[in-house]
Amino acid sequence: MSWSSRISPTVNAIPPSGIRRFFDIAAEMKGVISLGVGEPDFITPWHIRESCIYGLQRGYTSYTSNYGLLELREEISHKFAAEYSVQYNPCSEVLITVGVSEAVDLAMRALLSPGDEVLIPEPSYVSYKACVSLASGIPVPVPTFMKDEFRVTVDQLEKAVTNRTKILLIGYPNNPTGAIMTREDLSAIAAFALKHDLIVISDEIYADLTYENSHTCFASLPGMRDRTIVLNGFSKAYAMTGWRIGYALSNADFIGAMMKIHQYTMLCAPITAQVAAVEALKRGKVNMQKMVNEYNHRRRLMLDGFQHMGLPCFEPKGAFYIFPSIEKTGLTSMQFAEELLKAEKVALVPGDAFGASGEGFVRCSYAASVENLSAALVRIERFVQTKIK
Amino acid sequence: MKELLELLDKEPALPLNKLAIMLDTPEDELAQTIKRLEDEKIIIKRPAIINWEKAGIDNVTAVIDVKITPQRESGFDFIAERIYRFPEVHSVSLMSGAYDLLVIIQGQTLKEVAQFVSDKLATIDGVISTTTHFMLKKYKEAGVIIEDDEADHRLVITP
Repeated sequence: MSWSSRISPTVNAIPPSGIRRFFDIAAEMKGVISLGVGEPDFITPWHIRESCIYGLQRGYTSYTSNYGLLELREEISHKFAAEYSVQYNPCSEVLITVGVSEAVDLAMRALLSPGDEVLIPEPSYVSYKACVSLASGIPVPVPTFMKDEFRVTVDQLEKAVTNRTKILLIGYPNNPTGAIMTREDLSAIAAFALKHDLIVISDEIYADLTYENSHTCFASLPGMRDRTIVLNGFSKAYAMTGWRIGYALSNADFIGAMMKIHQYTMLCAPITAQVAAVEALKRGKVNMQKMVNEYNHRRRLMLDGFQHMGLPCFEPKGAFYIFPSIEKTGLTSMQFAEELLKAEKVALVPGDAFGASGEGFVRCSYAASVENLSAALVRIERFVQTKIK
Repeated sequence: MKELLELLDKEPALPLNKLAIMLDTPEDELAQTIKRLEDEKIIIKRPAIINWEKAGIDNVTAVIDVKITPQRESGFDFIAERIYRFPEVHSVSLMSGAYDLLVIIQGQTLKEVAQFVSDKLATIDGVISTTTHFMLKKYKEAGVIIEDDEADHRLVITP
């Protein structure tokens, strides 16, 4: 008997992650240089790891408040006041979550009624759509294009908005494109949100990894604080992916609603990781800046590499991804990724894994050593030369 | 300049053209800057850090606390120079605290190092006393962990 018919139709309807199939092929091979990893190649700085060990020694092994450790919420509140001039009350407007992934899920479940539509600029992080569907919402992809440096435009948003649209979910700096939105770009989006009375969920997990520009927090735009749920965390800037610590910031009503789900489904984020996150915010800036500088060096190396081999590529100014167009090779994204892996043992992620408008592109992560990046560029160039006549 | 120095410190073997791309600086300008930094002895040397033990090449390192009498006019510098001119001497630093000079000596055998200390170092006029510590194991050198077992545990592909 097949048990699959007994699975919820909602879950059955969600397609498996596009990355999964490719992962299965890549994981089997030996000697692969992977540019397919969506997490830092740095290990969490030692002072953060050490503070976690010390926390364990002192007996930090209990539950925390459902909202998270107050000390951590206060540090986050200070950070946003100091860096973006946005005020959040640490007692009621900050929620510590198990990574940004949980926060996306909580926000969708807290806000959506069946049939509500969510605008999602694509290419985008893989879990957005699924989280919307799981919360009975309808994800509405909004394409972005290389000619716009993969920034979402009001024109495209206007084409997709309906009277059922409730939320706009943006993620800049962007995974997978490395695109950023300037303050000016975001102001136009804010006006659009106001016009259509939308709630904006702004996933800013890569905020600290912004190069040659400063990041604008969406909630810092006039009138946007209460309309926005800002999501952020420690995974990328502090190289703490496996610790699973994120947070959500918004008005007390939204945060209270998200907390209600969080308290019944998660209770709280692990205290060990929360203790480490406090240390990261208090004393992690110097190390973080070093990592950011290194990413910036590699970013330039990769951009030069792709331009050199004749693959069109816009200059990414955020995150640690570069998103070259592979159309010239005549291959689809998936073919390119599979053939490259087989021929040259370099793993990267086909762009269509991040939405239909990612077709024709591949995501290369430069969260890898300079040595590996240099070697990978040589291999990719050799492969591309066999394809471009 | 700080950015260049930090990058060279971490990746001393990178060729000039790659450095230029990574620092977003024209190659000839960068070459001039590096030349100037070398001339000014800001970049002194770009050495390799070698794990001699792993290479199977025997090597003995001794750390020696040296107490000396400062000299009129030259202070500690004159005696320090008498010591650091010896090729066996790896490094010499003037210290605050219980002794004056921290001298690090490298030799091939224990005997060789001991002989150097008793014949050459301890007999210099103005050297009051020496305390020799032989190094048993080196864990970290010049910011680099010698046998770093921290591996990349990441999966090959992650979103």
